[in-house]
Amino acid sequence: MKLKLKVWRQPDAQTPGRLVDYLAEAKPDMSFLEMLDVVNEGLIVKGDEPIAFDHDCREGICGSCSMVINGRPHGPRDRTTTCQLHMRSFEDGDTVVIEPWRSSAFPIQKDLVCNRSSFDRIIASGGFISAPTGSAPDANAIPIRKSDADRAFDASACIGCGACVAACPNASAMLFVSAKISHLGKLPQGQPERYTRALSMVEQMDAEGFGSCTNHGECEAACPKGISVENIAQMNRDFLKASVSKRPEVAAGGAG
Amino acid sequence: MKLDPKIPSGPLTEKWNHYREHVKLVSPGNKRKYKVLVVGSGLAGASAAASMGELGYQVECFCYQDSPRRAHSIAAQGGINAAKNYHNDGDSAFRLFYDTIKGGDFRSREANVYRLAETSVRIIDQCVAQGVPFAREYGGLLDNRSFGGAQVSRTFYARGQTGQQLLIGAYQALERQIGLGTVKMFARHEMLELIVVDGVAKGIVVRDMVSGKIESHMADAVCLASGGYGNVFYLSTNAKGCNTTANWRAYKKGAAFANPCYTQIHPTCIPVSGDHQSKLTLMSESLRNDGRVWVPKRKEDRLKHPSSISEADRDYFLERKYPSYGNLAPRDISSRSAKEVCDEGRGVGPTGLGVYLDFADSIKRLGKQKIQEKYGNLFEMYERITDENPYEVPMRIYPAVHYTMGGLWVDYELMSTVPGLFVLGEANFSDHGANRLGASALMQGLADGYFVLPYTIGNYLANVKPSDRPSADHVEVKKAEQNVQSRIEKLLSIKGKTSPAHFHRELGKIIWDYCGMARNKEGLEKAISLVQDLKKRFWSDVSVPGSGQSLNQALEHAGRVADFIELGELMCRDALQRSESCGGHFREEWQTPDGEAKRDDQQFCHVAAWEYQGESQEPLRHEEPLHFENVELATRSYK
Ligand SMILES: Cc1cc2nc3c(=O)[nH]c(=O)nc-3n(C[C@H](O)[C@H](O)[C@H](O)COP(=O)(O)OP(=O)(O)OC[C@H]3O[C@@H](n4cnc5c(N)ncnc54)[C@H](O)[C@@H]3O)c2cc1C
Ligand code: SF4
Ligand code: FES
Repeated sequence: MKLKLKVWRQPDAQTPGRLVDYLAEAKPDMSFLEMLDVVNEGLIVKGDEPIAFDHDCREGICGSCSMVINGRPHGPRDRTTTCQLHMRSFEDGDTVVIEPWRSSAFPIQKDLVCNRSSFDRIIASGGFISAPTGSAPDANAIPIRKSDADRAFDASACIGCGACVAACPNASAMLFVSAKISHLGKLPQGQPERYTRALSMVEQMDAEGFGSCTNHGECEAACPKGISVENIAQMNRDFLKASVSKRPEVAAGGAG
Repeated sequence: MKLDPKIPSGPLTEKWNHYREHVKLVSPGNKRKYKVLVVGSGLAGASAAASMGELGYQVECFCYQDSPRRAHSIAAQGGINAAKNYHNDGDSAFRLFYDTIKGGDFRSREANVYRLAETSVRIIDQCVAQGVPFAREYGGLLDNRSFGGAQVSRTFYARGQTGQQLLIGAYQALERQIGLGTVKMFARHEMLELIVVDGVAKGIVVRDMVSGKIESHMADAVCLASGGYGNVFYLSTNAKGCNTTANWRAYKKGAAFANPCYTQIHPTCIPVSGDHQSKLTLMSESLRNDGRVWVPKRKEDRLKHPSSISEADRDYFLERKYPSYGNLAPRDISSRSAKEVCDEGRGVGPTGLGVYLDFADSIKRLGKQKIQEKYGNLFEMYERITDENPYEVPMRIYPAVHYTMGGLWVDYELMSTVPGLFVLGEANFSDHGANRLGASALMQGLADGYFVLPYTIGNYLANVKPSDRPSADHVEVKKAEQNVQSRIEKLLSIKGKTSPAHFHRELGKIIWDYCGMARNKEGLEKAISLVQDLKKRFWSDVSVPGSGQSLNQALEHAGRVADFIELGELMCRDALQRSESCGGHFREEWQTPDGEAKRDDQQFCHVAAWEYQGESQEPLRHEEPLHFENVELATRSYK
């Protein structure tokens, strides 16, 4: 099959970018990234710079790949990352527009590659359970209801790709943040820090310049891992409760 | 070069305890004066960096991805072993130790393996405390499954995404330390050189992959947790960016490379579909718990629809050849058996390089829903790639390169032959001998990072003065930077006609054909000369467009391929010298009449560690003898 590509090319963060046309030949059982590999090899042997894009596992789990394909983050297939998309989802003669994630919290570094370190900083602000190495009790000491463990897993399946942000008209990161808050909040081990976690992560999210959530639901539709918007409702409840009951921390030692 | 494994004295079960009780400590006040570098943020690197940050060291951590959470460990599917014996089926640290030694075909160090088995139970505790959502039973306790090469259920799992969940746990611990300021993270930074001052590792040179800037980081110790080198084969189940560069730079600075020829070919991967293929996809070994492996008995049936082949005309070859382990025979044995039936012309699928993995019986026995619960995401992944529904037609699978047991040589303390350079995770050679059992790489990575290195590094640092750290203008630092710079300039200036990917594919084919599932003297000799020729062509005809001063993926790939080419040659040399078959290293000249690997314990019961001798010299082969005091050297049998 033959395709017309329109690909976003941008040499670096400072220089403005533009869409550039390429012709691609592909077979239906190729993955989308393999189709781009072929285009890139053609460019390289001509001495032209290949199209830069993030990718690593090519199995839909590392969250590296990040392209808006024909206006949709990760392309046309539901619950599928770009690397798992196959050319059988396209028709011979199609025009395919390929762009990077667009959000001021994910600045473009080159072509289709952007900087998602804002997500890391949100996790660093509170997306964890404080359990220093060596301090843990026996793993079976606290039984966890299977349904709770399963729901925690559903939320922790997030791959941190950022498609939710790219899909949201406000560039909100609520789906990503709420998935982490649900993952840890569903488990008994996550309870002690539950409310401080919600406060710190939301605060960091705002500081990074992500937009607010106005319930469009585009994030859930774009999410390759089926993270549900119900998590956002849960996060709002935790956040509210945390804000109401927020008290200054008591320093260790005390007066007694 | 002296290879002193530094194994503590005393009985096997007491060595590690004894070591920990007597090891030198660095006081809390002094820890913050020491700087430690960790290259890699996979299970080994992230767990090590987080744990050392918690202890109070100044840690800097590096990875080539845009976030530490994306390290290749994220893709591990099936599970992690631990001798918890929660199922009362007779498991113990000794049994896990024995299975690992036997699985590795008696080519690993007893003391290291026992420590690993002993530590395994604490890993699960640690991960649960961090919030890793392992699979549970209805009573709320942890569930287990079986993996190849074991007769007990000791594998903990989180659906088919165990690596993801474990890495997220370690990543969150790491991010917590980053937030607290004890660890500084350098994502999209690639290590391109090791800095060695007076024979001691004192830092690394990295390239900022966005700006292209070359930077040096000086430290009191360097830890490599940079993963395995399976991508030397081009096609493998490893992530596309996995590379040997960090290890190879260290090798060229004096770190011995042990057993490079020990590579693991995993039996259950999706077969290759065409020459555009960029990587292979694993179907977790856990599937062999419920799937049955077969091919038609007769060649003529190979293209028939599987449902039209009657039970009597099917050959369940693993169950037939290895009745006591059946479909759960270890990886090396299962892979070779699959190759054998395909070589006989009984392979299925369009290319003839495939065997069936059939769930029909299990679906009948357990119901579709149970199967979906256990393997749903794997079935989905299979369908996405092949467009076939494995609930209805059997999967087609074929062996693919998956893991590398070889790696930098380390002693009991995980220190390489360069003092101050520690190596952990898949990057070292230590625990799996000539074949790794399923679900034990995750265990090893986390054992090294959470529970071994944090102790052993203290023993080293206690004798190091932080004031000995070299300054940025030290001549060795400048020399290392110059090396990096001139290599980059050379790659950019060749302006040839061939892409780095093309050379990579060519290399992969040579190594797969001659140093893959079966090897022989003639083939290996041929491969060495083919690789040498490839190296010459690479350095005169590679095309690397763009500049060094910006994000340049062609440049990154070219640098990695250049190192893979040199490693490929060393692998063939190692395979050639090891005139025996053991584990994943199958020399056709050494096999039993029924085609099983035949070891030569008289001559080869040792680790082979290679020392670099300079650009135009052949490397030197050293031996570390292996002593078995607690197990009997037996012929491995899974029959
Ligand atoms: C598909 C698949 C499934 C698997 N399933 C299982 C399983 O179920 N159970 C099991 O036990 N094992 C499994 N394994 C094996 C296991 O996943 C790996 O052996 C293990 O995760 C390796 O961890 P690591 O921390 O050593 O290295 P990795 O996770 O590979 O991490 C390497 C790190 O080093 C960094 N790095 C590399 N080179 C450089 C450089 N030059 N400069 C800077 N940084 C660098 C990378 O950015 C990365 O952060 C599987 C492997 C594969 C491929
Ligand atoms: S919530 Fe979904 S879309 Fe957003 S980062 Fe996670 S996996 Fe990606
Ligand atoms: S490349 Fe890893 S998710 Fe797409």
